[in-house]
Amino acid sequence: MEKKNLVMIGNGMAGVRTIEEILKFSPEAFKITIFGDEPHPNYNRIQLSTVLQGDTVVEDIILNSWEWYKENQIELFTGEAVTQIDPDKKQVISEKGRTVPYDELIIATGSSSFILPVPGADKSGVTGFRDIKDCEIMIKTAKDYKKAAVIGGGLLGLEAARGLLNLGMEVDVIHLMPHLMERQLDAAASKMLKQELESQGMNFLMEKQTAEILGEDRVTGLRFTDGSEIEADLIVMAVGIKPNVQLAKDSGIYVNRGIVVDDYMRTNIQNVYAVGECAEHREIVYGLVAPLYEQGKVLASSVCGMETKPYEGSLVGTGLKVSGVDLFSAGEIEDDPKTKAIKVHNEFDGVYKKILIRDNTIAGIVLYGETKDSSRLFRMMVKKEDVSGMTSVSILESGCCGGGGDSSDVATMANEEIVCGCNGVSKGTIVDAIKTKELTTVDEVGSCTNAGRSCGRCKSLISDILAHTLGDKYDTAAKKTALCGCTDLSRDEVVAEIKEKGLTSIKEVMNVLGWKQEEGCSKCRPALNYYLGMILQEQYLDERDSRLVNEKMHANIQKDGTYSVVPRMYGGVTTAADLKKIAEVAEKYDVPLVKLTGGQRIGLFGVNKEDLPAMWEDLGMPSGYAYGKTLRTVKTCVGAKFCRFGTQDSMGLGIELEKKFERLDTPHKVKMGVSACPRNCAEAGIKDFGVVGIDGGWEIYVAGNGGTDLRAGDLLETVKTKEEVMELIGAFMQYYRETANYLERTSKWVERVGLDHVKGILADENTRKELNERLDKTLEKYNEPWNEAIENKEIQEKYYQKREIPGKPILV
Amino acid sequence: MQKIHVADYAALPERAGQVVDLGGEQIVLFRLSNGEVKAVENRSPHPKGGTLGEGLVSGEYLYCPVYDWKISLNDGKVQAPDQGQVKIYQVDRDGEQVFVVK
Repeated sequence: MEKKNLVMIGNGMAGVRTIEEILKFSPEAFKITIFGDEPHPNYNRIQLSTVLQGDTVVEDIILNSWEWYKENQIELFTGEAVTQIDPDKKQVISEKGRTVPYDELIIATGSSSFILPVPGADKSGVTGFRDIKDCEIMIKTAKDYKKAAVIGGGLLGLEAARGLLNLGMEVDVIHLMPHLMERQLDAAASKMLKQELESQGMNFLMEKQTAEILGEDRVTGLRFTDGSEIEADLIVMAVGIKPNVQLAKDSGIYVNRGIVVDDYMRTNIQNVYAVGECAEHREIVYGLVAPLYEQGKVLASSVCGMETKPYEGSLVGTGLKVSGVDLFSAGEIEDDPKTKAIKVHNEFDGVYKKILIRDNTIAGIVLYGETKDSSRLFRMMVKKEDVSGMTSVSILESGCCGGGGDSSDVATMANEEIVCGCNGVSKGTIVDAIKTKELTTVDEVGSCTNAGRSCGRCKSLISDILAHTLGDKYDTAAKKTALCGCTDLSRDEVVAEIKEKGLTSIKEVMNVLGWKQEEGCSKCRPALNYYLGMILQEQYLDERDSRLVNEKMHANIQKDGTYSVVPRMYGGVTTAADLKKIAEVAEKYDVPLVKLTGGQRIGLFGVNKEDLPAMWEDLGMPSGYAYGKTLRTVKTCVGAKFCRFGTQDSMGLGIELEKKFERLDTPHKVKMGVSACPRNCAEAGIKDFGVVGIDGGWEIYVAGNGGTDLRAGDLLETVKTKEEVMELIGAFMQYYRETANYLERTSKWVERVGLDHVKGILADENTRKELNERLDKTLEKYNEPWNEAIENKEIQEKYYQKREIPGKPILV
Repeated sequence: MQKIHVADYAALPERAGQVVDLGGEQIVLFRLSNGEVKAVENRSPHPKGGTLGEGLVSGEYLYCPVYDWKISLNDGKVQAPDQGQVKIYQVDRDGEQVFVVK
């Protein structure tokens, strides 16, 4: 079947959404051409105020990337306006003279800022607030000038004013009416809003009408009809929008305020449709995104020749995107003799609520200071729910006891009720998507259904729906996180696949499991290297280039590119001879800093990479692994040998532990401590594995942490002998190695799997034995890395040399 | 412009940076697994600085060893969400000989 030509004039939110809907219904039916007079792909115009306020950047508000157009084979002409529609020949002509024929034509030209027709409105420094260009003008002006005046105290004006404050300008807001946002707020709410914004630094000039814009080429100020004047270097016109209808009008399409359309978005000319802010439906021109998306859906169906419900107009709710201001408004604002209002005016907390009831249904909502009930109330209003049986309290507050209201709210919500007003997504659609596509996060729901992707106000409701739909699974499911951006598989899935399919190298894992980035990234490569080494206890060949810098170099990189050298000092015990050697090496290599580390070791800091192997050789000591995801140090106190309080030989046990576990790869670093009495000088209570000597035995603590997440260790068991300590810690370490995520400290791991679970595993003698066997097998494979580097020339050349340049420069 | 013979191809290990000092200017050479050689200034684009020579190489990307920024070795651009640019050098190869043009 030959494709029909579909041309769209305009490349904004309503139009492109319509195209998305069309592609969903009939992906192959049309050859699509889009003209946009801005030089950008489709972006989220609603979020311009957040760009201006500095919360986000232009790139982040792009809704459809250039690739999207390409992938969908849409021919896009940006920065090119259409100047003529010829309905007889069924073609459009652009300003560049390009002629494109159409079978179906959509006009989605949107609207422009209404610029007051006062003298001087054409001066430089006067702008609207409608597109990226306007934003850029304001951001640029704020760098050189100080004083801004915003004409218009409505939604757009206030958002612009807040943005200009963020840009460091002084801002006057000029408003014709006595109240701000008078179309959305009543006097009481408006007054509260004004107070809040004044405290944020806005200055208001109420009931002022602009007569003239002053200045030569560039604006210098404003004069009002009462003769008063103010200074201004920048004037933002935010008095309203006007639909862009000139092109349609010139082409003989019937235009009133906007392009007049019927309930199927058809204009008076056949095969020509209009959608969005340029369209007028039942005498209303909508300026908010939700109705435009509803229109887009209906239009897409009618263009594709599908049956559809007619578009019958929308009820809209409004919020204001200014930080510190929480407001919602929908429907009627002012009381009249036939309405009954429920009002709460709590000046102390800065909360104001007004629900207008007409004929036993909600006709209007104004919420200021607290808007959590806005979606529920708005739904009641849209559904025209009969409230005669309800008390004022139950109308105002969801649930009866405050807490838990939200989830019951979700439970009672009907499937066809709209959750995301902006994108017209119902609860049913979201629940279906969660179930069929196994979604577990708000973002995933967003990418499948578009819900929550415009103004974002419904995200908490989406989260409630997720919780309600998945039940207990929500929490656990939410924890299923992919290993990294290169794969969708979780840690457990990857480990299971490695075992099941017998994978033996990082490359093989990535190939077989379909990695998105062929050679992985800095997250998955070290992790896979660890998992493979853990699973294939002896035969796995460690991939040094997949380790992060410190483990690759066997030294800690410092911020200036130098390294630190920390020799092993078992249990923190050294000798005069070793100290002398360290001192000599420090002198010989001119080491800038010699310092005791946090783990009772001596560190030599500021060493050049090229000097590392020679220093190691001179030292003749093993690596202290101060850099590794492995056992770092075992900190000990002096203990029974010298201390009058010591009840056990803490140094002896510490040295034994360090000798046994040194070099073992673990998911994250592991620190140990052994104290000889409960005074705990070795701070064993905040170690991954801590042992405290008591009279006649040892207390074993696990999962302590002295770092970022300060956590006291849990008492795992009290045992009598050193041998029991060694057996228990071996089993504990191996179980941690086998089940923790890479880069998960024992503290987080124990909190995740549960202390009782770990205790349960370790209680079984056979399991303990098996764990220890696997551990011992793994421990056999390690070599001392510093010695390896000293003996192996290849390693030295690859990792530790600075290259001499072989040739002289050749001029070219 | 001058062309400087900086290394022999066979001597460059795959996916491990090699630092070359060009009269005080440190350049790192990376031989990628597809055989191409890339050269960048040995200086992290992170405001706190640091070196790049020991970074992890994946395909045509380098991960800064100190701050884990992802950097394209083709154009030196730091990948989102971080921002920055590493100075890159044109690399010429004549059989065994690897040149840096500057």
